[in-house]
Amino acid sequence: MSTYRKILREGLWDNNMIASQLLAMCPAMAVTATATNGLGMGLATTAVLVASNTLVSSIRHLVPSAVRIPIFIVLIASLVTLVDLALNAWLHELYKVLGLFIALIVVNCGILGRAESFASRSSVPRAALDGLAMGLGFTLAMVAIGAVREVIGSGSLFAQAQLLLGPAFGFLELRLFDGGALLMVLPPGGFLVLGGLLAAKRALEGARRRRGVVVAQSA
Amino acid sequence: MTAPQHSPHAHDGGSVGRVMAQVMLALTPVTLWGFYLFGWPAIWMWLITVGSAMLFELACLRLGGGGRATLGDGSAALAGWLLALTLPPWSPWWIAVIGSFVAICIAKHAYGGLGQNPFNPAMVARVALLISFPLEMTQWVAPAPMFSGLGPDPVAALERLLFSTPIPDALTSATLLGQVKAEASRGVDLLASLPALGAGVSDGVGHHAGSLGETGSWLILGGGLFLVYRGVIGWLVPVALVTGLAVPAAIAHAIDPAHHLSALHQVFAGAALLGAVFIATDPVSSPASAVGKLIYGLAIGFLTWVIRSFAGFPEGLAFAVLLMNACVPIIDRFTRPRIYGHGATAGRGA
Repeated sequence: MSTYRKILREGLWDNNMIASQLLAMCPAMAVTATATNGLGMGLATTAVLVASNTLVSSIRHLVPSAVRIPIFIVLIASLVTLVDLALNAWLHELYKVLGLFIALIVVNCGILGRAESFASRSSVPRAALDGLAMGLGFTLAMVAIGAVREVIGSGSLFAQAQLLLGPAFGFLELRLFDGGALLMVLPPGGFLVLGGLLAAKRALEGARRRRGVVVAQSA
Repeated sequence: MTAPQHSPHAHDGGSVGRVMAQVMLALTPVTLWGFYLFGWPAIWMWLITVGSAMLFELACLRLGGGGRATLGDGSAALAGWLLALTLPPWSPWWIAVIGSFVAICIAKHAYGGLGQNPFNPAMVARVALLISFPLEMTQWVAPAPMFSGLGPDPVAALERLLFSTPIPDALTSATLLGQVKAEASRGVDLLASLPALGAGVSDGVGHHAGSLGETGSWLILGGGLFLVYRGVIGWLVPVALVTGLAVPAAIAHAIDPAHHLSALHQVFAGAALLGAVFIATDPVSSPASAVGKLIYGLAIGFLTWVIRSFAGFPEGLAFAVLLMNACVPIIDRFTRPRIYGHGATAGRGA
């Protein structure tokens, strides 16, 4: 497997920011009441992550290691401010929903974690790809949590998607049934679904490992 | 007293199954009385809750790869039974099934099964249902006793349960606690509203709207005395819980009778007695030592009173039990009994 494929695989599944590293728990709980919110938050975080990984990687020879953390934080904070202003200007309705949490991307430990553990010791293209893979893996998990909570909690899927993606994506919005279990939209639902997601991922990996063992033995 | 003492310990030959059977026996009178008061819909609802609880238990045991079979010991049936006693008697079937799922699969087996759950499964399920479906969970009916012709016959009742046909307006009613909260929010004080509401409650016979388990207070007390006599539960938690509820209620009522129910109403209304006898005494989710039990019971009673009097929900027992369940590890840590021969006084003698 080439390094680039490995980076992609790590970010999307093996080392998924939410489902494996258990980082970025604050947005994973707070803005996943609907799939649309999860998607919006995930994409915004991905944008920050790609940019921060690229920048950190390109200045990695200039930064003295004693002060690297403050420098990373300042970099990430500037990028988040950019995203914040951009969303406010162009996706104002979504901004009103995600509001406070966009600013909180800056303390998303996943982003600092990637800067510290990967970007600061890798070449620029790899760091950028890692940012993209990690960001998309994060988005995937956010949408998954959001979709389950939204379907059980309010009987819809991708409600208000056109706020995020434009009127052309109105077809995404599904109305499955009326009502729903309010608990899943409230904070406990986030924890329940996250627990379920982690259990499902472990079960999948366990099943795959057992199959792998069987194959290896028969070979 | 069931507080842990130092060794030697003797085993009386009991088993989980025997304890559960005795608790069920103690629950039978109040359940039958509830069946009589609320008729066939309540019987079907109870059957579905207990049956689905046992099915979920079976499914979880299968998923967990066999292990110790706890299906036969009745713990799942009892959890379902207790849950059924706290639901509105005419609940639709899916309320019962979702409740059983939460109680057995999430509150019990996700934590490791029998004996591992930090929270009381029936109360977790009730709170989850109350928060998720506030409308259905507050659809109370006035008693429509069997043989009186007021309630539906068995077939009509089953139909109602399966297709959630609306309850006839003539039969809908409100519980005392719910009504007090509603009247208070309209600015009507208790002195004006209580005479019409409270009459059927304070005698403890249970001719009033509510769940199966909040009617027939005397039968619950009788069941509790039986369990204490058989040594299944200690008397400390129930007594502490009722004290913790009644004392602040009496003080508040003496100061301001227009806004606070009397202690008698507080104890006989809602799930206070059911909780004191059957819920808070759950050996898995309550503290081990005598002092711990005292703190636990008093705190549940007091929190119930606080939630009933000042919070948004009319009944607070389930929330109070869950809050104190969460405190049990801390209570156990600070009330650990001294090991014989160790500790403060033992050192001084040497």
